[in-house]
Amino acid sequence: MTAIATSGRRSALTRNRLPRYAPWASLAVGLIVGAALSTLVGFSLFGWGLFAAIVYTLVYVSWSGAVEGGRKARDKLATSLVIGAFIIVVLPLFSVIWTVLEGGIKGFLTPGFLNTSMNGVSGIQDNMSVNTGGRVLGGIYHAIIGTLLITLWATVISVPIGLLTSIYLVEYGEGRRLARAITLFVDVMTGIPSIVAGLFAAALFATIFGPGTETGFVASIALTVLMIPVVVRSSEEMLRIVPNELREAAYALGVRKWRTILMVVIPTAISGIASGITLAIARVIGETAPILLTAGFATKINFNVFSDWMASLPTYIYFQILNPASPSNPGPSIQRAWGAALVLIIFVMVLNLVARLVARIFAPKTGR
Amino acid sequence: MAKTLHETPSVTKGRDVTATQTKTPESPKELREMSSGRGAAGDRIFSGAALAAGVLILVALVAVAVFLVVQALPAFVAPQSQIANGQGFWPYIFPLVVGTVIAAAIALLIATPISIGVALFISHYAPRRLAQILGYVIDLLAAIPSVIFGAWGISFLAPALVPGYTWLSNALGWIPIFAGPPSATGKTLLTASIVLAVMVIPIITSVCREIFLQTPKLHEEAALALGATRWEMIRMTVLPFARPGIISAVMLGLGRALGETMAVALVLSSGPLIASLIRSGNQTIAAEIALNFPEASGLSLNTLIAAGLVLFLFTLAVNILARWVISRHKEFSGAN
Amino acid sequence: MKALRFGRVSAVAVVAAGALALSACGSDNGTGSSATATGSATSAGPKVTGTLTGAGSTAQSAAIDAWKQGFTAANPGVTVQYNPVGSGAGRKTFISGAGQFAGSDAAMTSDELTQSNAVCGTDGALDLPVYISPIAVAFNLPGVTTLNLSPDTIAKIFRGTITTWNDPAIAADNSGVSLPSMKITPVHRSDDSGTTQNFTDYLNKAAPSVWTDKSNQTWPASLPGENAKGTSGVVTTVTNTQGAIAYSDDSAVSGSLGKAKVKVGSSWVALSAQGAAKAVELSQPATGRSANDLALNLDRTPTDTSAYPIVLVSYHIVCSTYKDQATVDLVKAWENYVVSDSGQQTAAAAAKSAPLSSALASKAKTAIASIKVKS
Repeated sequence: MTAIATSGRRSALTRNRLPRYAPWASLAVGLIVGAALSTLVGFSLFGWGLFAAIVYTLVYVSWSGAVEGGRKARDKLATSLVIGAFIIVVLPLFSVIWTVLEGGIKGFLTPGFLNTSMNGVSGIQDNMSVNTGGRVLGGIYHAIIGTLLITLWATVISVPIGLLTSIYLVEYGEGRRLARAITLFVDVMTGIPSIVAGLFAAALFATIFGPGTETGFVASIALTVLMIPVVVRSSEEMLRIVPNELREAAYALGVRKWRTILMVVIPTAISGIASGITLAIARVIGETAPILLTAGFATKINFNVFSDWMASLPTYIYFQILNPASPSNPGPSIQRAWGAALVLIIFVMVLNLVARLVARIFAPKTGR
Repeated sequence: MAKTLHETPSVTKGRDVTATQTKTPESPKELREMSSGRGAAGDRIFSGAALAAGVLILVALVAVAVFLVVQALPAFVAPQSQIANGQGFWPYIFPLVVGTVIAAAIALLIATPISIGVALFISHYAPRRLAQILGYVIDLLAAIPSVIFGAWGISFLAPALVPGYTWLSNALGWIPIFAGPPSATGKTLLTASIVLAVMVIPIITSVCREIFLQTPKLHEEAALALGATRWEMIRMTVLPFARPGIISAVMLGLGRALGETMAVALVLSSGPLIASLIRSGNQTIAAEIALNFPEASGLSLNTLIAAGLVLFLFTLAVNILARWVISRHKEFSGAN
Repeated sequence: MKALRFGRVSAVAVVAAGALALSACGSDNGTGSSATATGSATSAGPKVTGTLTGAGSTAQSAAIDAWKQGFTAANPGVTVQYNPVGSGAGRKTFISGAGQFAGSDAAMTSDELTQSNAVCGTDGALDLPVYISPIAVAFNLPGVTTLNLSPDTIAKIFRGTITTWNDPAIAADNSGVSLPSMKITPVHRSDDSGTTQNFTDYLNKAAPSVWTDKSNQTWPASLPGENAKGTSGVVTTVTNTQGAIAYSDDSAVSGSLGKAKVKVGSSWVALSAQGAAKAVELSQPATGRSANDLALNLDRTPTDTSAYPIVLVSYHIVCSTYKDQATVDLVKAWENYVVSDSGQQTAAAAAKSAPLSSALASKAKTAIASIKVKS
């Protein structure tokens, strides 16, 4: 009915289309009705947002349905839902980031935080800095070094193995029993609780090198167990969606299979592979339990992954939060913990940037 | 995609191509014999390396499994009255398995639709520049250590959910899962599941986004050219193409949700198995291991590792199921 | 192609530069001072060198940080490293021979003592009480800072049979305190812990008619209530929840929470470091152990009204014999410092523990003196 009534004033091209102000009008209705509804059940900002979103979607979609017909309405509904999903995600995620930033920035900016270790810092110093208001002593340098080295070694081991395995699965093993077994067990590996991976690595090295073998490298092996499945799984997925036409074109030109894989398949999928590897590193860089069981708990700087204990940022955060240096004044420890968390996130950010850079350099131009 | 096709020859222009130009090969076998020995060796080395990597993974996994079984064995063999304060192993593990399944299921139920929505938003809705930034932020979130999620869960999320739980128990208390009295601290299984969902969303989103972006442009353009709306285009080209990938992504997320220890250990106020999600109670296997491992010794340590073994087997079963589902849908995949 | 190569080179350069920048600066001097650390350590005996490795109790970790600092200040050639993985894991590590000492909230069991013969020689391991932590019964009631709670009442609260703060059983012992009709939310540890073990042991011995469960490091699963991980988790939960009550190592209990006075004999005893040390001093040594093993059977029902019976005693577990003289000297010097007056005061300053009484400290010193080289 509405469509016919308004059609006289519109050109043929814009007939049966919602006016430009439609989303805004719906939003206004949503906000007002939402406010009213949320007041009915007890006003809260969250309730207001929720009701407003629901009312907005209802108004907008049914309006579109009346004017534009079912297909357009369904399209609008999908758009609303997709954007709604996005908003739902942004809220908790930014809440987490905000919590880290809010808690971490003070510790991060404390002089000496980034380039000293925790050597010689105990509850006595913390009590003193709380009582006198002095600067919080102790830093995370040893943990930064530990995390970088342990993760580096884990990456160096698991990326080639993982990538080669996924190549085997996609390019060579199609339909073979071994390939199916590998795929299945890789999936199972994703479900290994991280603490079990740590126990396994610790037991492995204790059997080979005797009890008490706790070094950064043992932790790297534990992380490798956790990292490989993520690398295999994501790069397998990325290799699989490389169009077969590309491979066939290369074969048709007489290119060897291995060169086809190296020069055609991998470059096409490199962006996804890089993103998968980043994801895998991100997955393990924050692991606490396996490192705790395998690398000991150092408060000193150690550059050698093959001997002596090593600290890492997650274990550092874990202990600073759960076992503050001074139980009666946990403030300084918590400040250090959030500061370390912030540093960890910055690391991953840089890592992400590098991965994207790599992907951009190696990927062929796809016009996207 | 079309552009890539045109570019490939220039990438691979090299000795191999010129070598084959001297004589036209009659069959693939002949073609293989004609290429230079180096190329053939390369092929063998490469496929051998790929195979070796695959086998290495299998060996590592078998080693993990053997380790688990050997360490867990005493818990199965010992008199059941000595296990878990006299409960016996199976009565001990059953509530934990159920708790784990419920927590992971709720987490995925929340995370999967949202992640697909967000991935679609990034790949097909948001402006390019914004999409890049968003993709970046989402990837970043995958890296926040679980301790931080746990700390966020206790200090922010759990108290914030208490009014919601009170309302739920008043309005919907007749449904067993919302039965009161609600927890005063908000540290319930539902809170833990929400934290888990927040943790797996970045993983699922990231993988889904990459796959959505790889949908053949030609399919999409064909759909649009036929007059499809954006949603119809997505439903007809993007989603069928991405379905196996989505299942893979969800499985990755499931792995994380099942195996997550620290966040659940911090957030959940554990207890015996109960139906209500808004009272304190229930427990997951991974959190149980993490909570009790430090003080465990002797048989109770074996029991915990046996619990790890059960989780391992459970993951195995779920993955077999998922593979089966994917293989049934293979014919719809637009890829190969 | 050129742009591509440049891109690769620059990426490598960026990464390398970052790595260089990171490794360029960094120091182990976390306190920013020259080697005049606090906690003036008076090391008995000659200067020693070497690396001492231990693992175990998380409860001790703050104290060990402080001891480590005091000990290495006096003996610059020594490195002490300690991994607070938990008591059970610590004892296991020790038995496997991976460290020279373990920190543990419980003494070695007889099984473990037998197993320790493999690394410690035929005399096995020794338990040295080094760390006393009073356990507070802390609650969050607005306006109420202290309450008198008898063992039976505490047990009933944690069993969920007393559910509101104005219950007659509580009111009877607290005339003059205005108790709200608020719901009680008992909070306990979700992880296995020595604190739980000692608290349940207290309830089991002091309120045997109500608390029928045996003492255990796992909280009885059938009881109602909320739980949280670790001491800090419990304290955070209680602080955030009005009407909550919990047991927790006293050091972490913040000022905003109230602490209960418990009934000893017929009087009400407030928590104090001296009271805790007294209760430990009054305790009898555990039976069936070697003369120098100082494992204690804590007395939960003392008659001396200066003793506060809810305490946790944490041990250092060391070998009675080590394979060489250097290790023996190192362990002796370390343990002597730990039980010494200055060591105990350092721990009290850092971790708010209760110093050992001098009688117990001298017993410990005798035990330490007996450590020798494996023959």
